Amino acid sequence: MNRERDLGTKPTGSAEQVKLTVDGREVTVPKGTSVLAAASLAGLQIPKLCATDSLEAFGSCRLCLVEIDGRRGTPASCTTPAEAGMVVHTQTPRLLALRRGVMELYVSDHPLDCLTCSANGDCELQDVAGAVGLREVRYGNDGEQHRTAPKDESNPYFTFDSSKCIVCSRCVRACEEVQGTFALTIEGRGLSSKVATGTDDFLSSECVSCGACVQACPTATLNEKSVITLGTPTEAVETTCAYCGVGCGFRAETQGERVVRMVPSKRGQANEGHSCVKGRFAWGYATHQDRVKKPMIRARITDPWREVSWDEAFAHAAAEFRRIQASHGVDAIGGITSSRCTNEEVFLVQKLVRAGFHNNNVDTCARVCHSPTGYGLKQTFGTSAGTQDFRSVAQADVVLLIGANPTEAHPVFASRLKRRLREGAKLIVADPRRIELVRTPHVEASHHLALKPGTNVALINALAHVVVTEGLVKERYVQERCEPKDFESWARFIAEAKNSPEAMEAHTGVPAADVRAAARLYATAKNAAIYYGLGVTEHSQGSTMVMGMANLAMATGNVGRDGVGVNPLRGQNNVQGSCDMGSFPHELSGYRHVSDDATRELFEGLWNAPLSKEPGLRIPNMLDEAVGGRFKGLYVQGEDIAQSDPNTQHVVAGLEAMECVIVHDLFLNETAKYAHVFFPGSSFLEKDGTFTNAERRISRVRKVMAPLAGLADWEVTQGFARALGLPWSYQHPSEVMEEIAVLTPTFTGVSYERLDQLGSVQWPCNDKAPTGTPIMHVDRFVRGKGRFMLTEFIPTLEKSGPRFPLLLTTGRILSQYNVGAQTARTDNVTWHAEDVLEVHPFDAENRGLKTGDLVLLQSRAGETTLRAVVTEKVQPGVVYTTFHHAKTAANVVTTDYSDWATNCPEYKVTAVQVSRASEAAAFQQEDRRRDVALRQVAPGAVHASK
Amino acid sequence: MDATKLVHMANQIAQNFRVHAEAEAVRLTVEHLKSFWSPGMRRALQEHAQASGEGLEPVAAAAARALG
Ligand code: SF4
Ligand code: SF4
Ligand code: SF4
Ligand code: FES
Repeated sequence: MNRERDLGTKPTGSAEQVKLTVDGREVTVPKGTSVLAAASLAGLQIPKLCATDSLEAFGSCRLCLVEIDGRRGTPASCTTPAEAGMVVHTQTPRLLALRRGVMELYVSDHPLDCLTCSANGDCELQDVAGAVGLREVRYGNDGEQHRTAPKDESNPYFTFDSSKCIVCSRCVRACEEVQGTFALTIEGRGLSSKVATGTDDFLSSECVSCGACVQACPTATLNEKSVITLGTPTEAVETTCAYCGVGCGFRAETQGERVVRMVPSKRGQANEGHSCVKGRFAWGYATHQDRVKKPMIRARITDPWREVSWDEAFAHAAAEFRRIQASHGVDAIGGITSSRCTNEEVFLVQKLVRAGFHNNNVDTCARVCHSPTGYGLKQTFGTSAGTQDFRSVAQADVVLLIGANPTEAHPVFASRLKRRLREGAKLIVADPRRIELVRTPHVEASHHLALKPGTNVALINALAHVVVTEGLVKERYVQERCEPKDFESWARFIAEAKNSPEAMEAHTGVPAADVRAAARLYATAKNAAIYYGLGVTEHSQGSTMVMGMANLAMATGNVGRDGVGVNPLRGQNNVQGSCDMGSFPHELSGYRHVSDDATRELFEGLWNAPLSKEPGLRIPNMLDEAVGGRFKGLYVQGEDIAQSDPNTQHVVAGLEAMECVIVHDLFLNETAKYAHVFFPGSSFLEKDGTFTNAERRISRVRKVMAPLAGLADWEVTQGFARALGLPWSYQHPSEVMEEIAVLTPTFTGVSYERLDQLGSVQWPCNDKAPTGTPIMHVDRFVRGKGRFMLTEFIPTLEKSGPRFPLLLTTGRILSQYNVGAQTARTDNVTWHAEDVLEVHPFDAENRGLKTGDLVLLQSRAGETTLRAVVTEKVQPGVVYTTFHHAKTAANVVTTDYSDWATNCPEYKVTAVQVSRASEAAAFQQEDRRRDVALRQVAPGAVHASK
Repeated sequence: MDATKLVHMANQIAQNFRVHAEAEAVRLTVEHLKSFWSPGMRRALQEHAQASGEGLEPVAAAAARALG
């Protein structure tokens, strides 16, 4: 297997070059590059153990010594910067003797069981012993004794075998520098020094299982359990994580079709070699025994599933959909595209709906997360996307983080952010909850604006009020870059006393003085950046809030360069992509409205089909229409709306009212209980395609193994389309991308060849920007001039009152992903086996609750039970939970109130009551009973085996 | 679709434009409904407005009636 190159020290990025000579070879490197890395760039490997290019040089192992003409001694090459004209020698007899001596010491304390060691062949200690020609160890072999040292196997994914530790501290430094968690230390001194977690073991420590230490460890001390079980990998394929919107690049390291481990790739430009516990470790779901391998159909949801051939499934589904359209009208069917599937797969589903169903009833699960981002940023800036690349945060001086919890939901971005904060940037957190970033090792927010759920717009208006009334507007920027009339009316509106922090305090609960201080901090920073998550969008004024943030950024001149911007942190891996691909019922790819004749004609020409110029139904509208009896058939690609969408009972009623529900998924999920056709899906390891992350970065997904069910998802959609009479004949997803490029102005330069060359590319990628666009709106906004929008605060109708006195807000947790379909089928359940309800001690005391109690959570929509955790992370009057486990059914209590502009559900505010419970809620009991009945498969069924 | 829900949604849209002068708020509401609501939903809202109009706030009602 070809390993990723390790230069030994970090690249400097300096534009200035210096030329030096190493062992007679001339090499030119950026100024500041270490001699170690310069030698490596010249093709020479200097032995090293404590250095690796993800970490700052440390200079402790004394193996990388060199001699330099004109200098005394033998400096460590990892800590010596290359200089112009330097003449370096790496292999003199003196150096060889010194290195051998060092290695003798290391090895004398190391158990020499190399042949049976899990890192055999993948161990730097072994490599260096070979490279220095170690032949004897004069100090005896006491290392033998270490073999009995206990192993820490508490982490489900890796072991810590201290007997093999050479105390290079790479793990400690990786945890600090790369991950920013500070879970490890070196304890003791000299020969008795050792790596320690500060607690009994890794699992009980601060460790978040990101794996950075495992990757950094040069020996078998920290080693993946999968490698210990399966042996070292033999091949590697570059691909992209299928979990969150950070979109980390990975090397899937395999033995044939079997994945041995996932290693974050240094070429991955979103993550630069880092990852979190999900992407690195939680991939076992792909071969979980619950995977369905055969297509299935049934006449009624109470019938057992019957396995059929692909052809029969396609023919049946097509006949059903055509029958429904014949009897209930063309608009009685629709489709939902998945933000977890590839761009190519999403594109095909929306094409199928528009060209094959002959309506625009296509929507994506982004509806329920970031649709307000689409609306808000398009209105103000002209396009529906974040403004920066992730790297940009390294230039930010002030970060305003609103309604996002990056350490849990966007961990690799959080590591970048924490690094910047440790360097001195200031942080303002606006969140009802005390998220980890409010205070964590070496990071403390300057302000935590702990607003009441549902009052974001009040807060953003108050911040903007301070900017306008205290003369903090960047006048020149606004004059040059924004529509003057809109700015004037906005400035007048925002300066009104009703928008002042003092007036808004009654709504937000945030002291006016804090708001004023935070506004000044943001407005006076050289570079101030806004990052936000679903805590912004999932509100009745989600779209207004997005516009409010865009207003604030424009008024302070914080759009259009490095270190600034307005940045949505997207939930799922391909939320950005699924939106770009025309998954919304009113928009074709590239955010062009279906009523735009010229755009429609372009598509009609290529697709050879007439397209409707009227917007179709959004997901909640489809369900409403289904309950009303007018919507009868739905094709759901890789989503579990019965678990993820609000007001579960209403969703279920909608699904039950339909005549043909097609679920296309890896597992028989909650939605599949109400389905009539099941198309087995393929995981990201089983197909080719692309994902687009939150920074608009398009990255390749590459096939590692054959689809377990025989067809990749794009082939399934194609099969269904052909059964409906569409003449599709794509041979490979690259052909779909070619079509996307032809039809979408921001994608004209995108092709698989380009992606292979560049690694990944950020759209727009076209003639004007052939290598992509890291930062948008640089000289002008996409819409020309930036447009300020009036953002009046309108309190949500969802209010706490005597019956439901508390406000429920929801969120995510690091180890789990979305509805848990994937992560709950991995050892990540070690960290989060069930969803719990966080309750403030004050509210708990009033109700006689303590941590661990089973509680009944009730809203006007429904009720569920879960366990309570009493914590001050939430404020009095607010409770919080996650929605990762089906059995908790958190969405039974969320309501169908939604964002005014986009119908994005108001997940973040539900009035609830909490009380002690003795048994599961009625819905859960009924659901458990039906669960078995609605998931039966007729005997003889074949499932994937582990 | 259930009229109560359409009314709720239409009112929400109208409210978010009420910061503008009334005629402008009506125009923006109509534009929004045409851009984002399916013809079926628009028709149902219009019919409701023309019948009882119950529950519709003035701007939403005017917009609903103005839907072509
Ligand atoms: S565990 Fe590995 S990385 Fe950490 S000090 Fe020991 S050998 Fe070095
Ligand atoms: S897995 Fe990550 S968080 Fe845990 S000790 Fe290693 S580097 Fe630190
Ligand atoms: S889940 Fe997100 S942060 Fe974690 S590895 Fe995957 S893309 Fe990266
Ligand atoms: S690699 Fe330079 S001192 Fe260890």
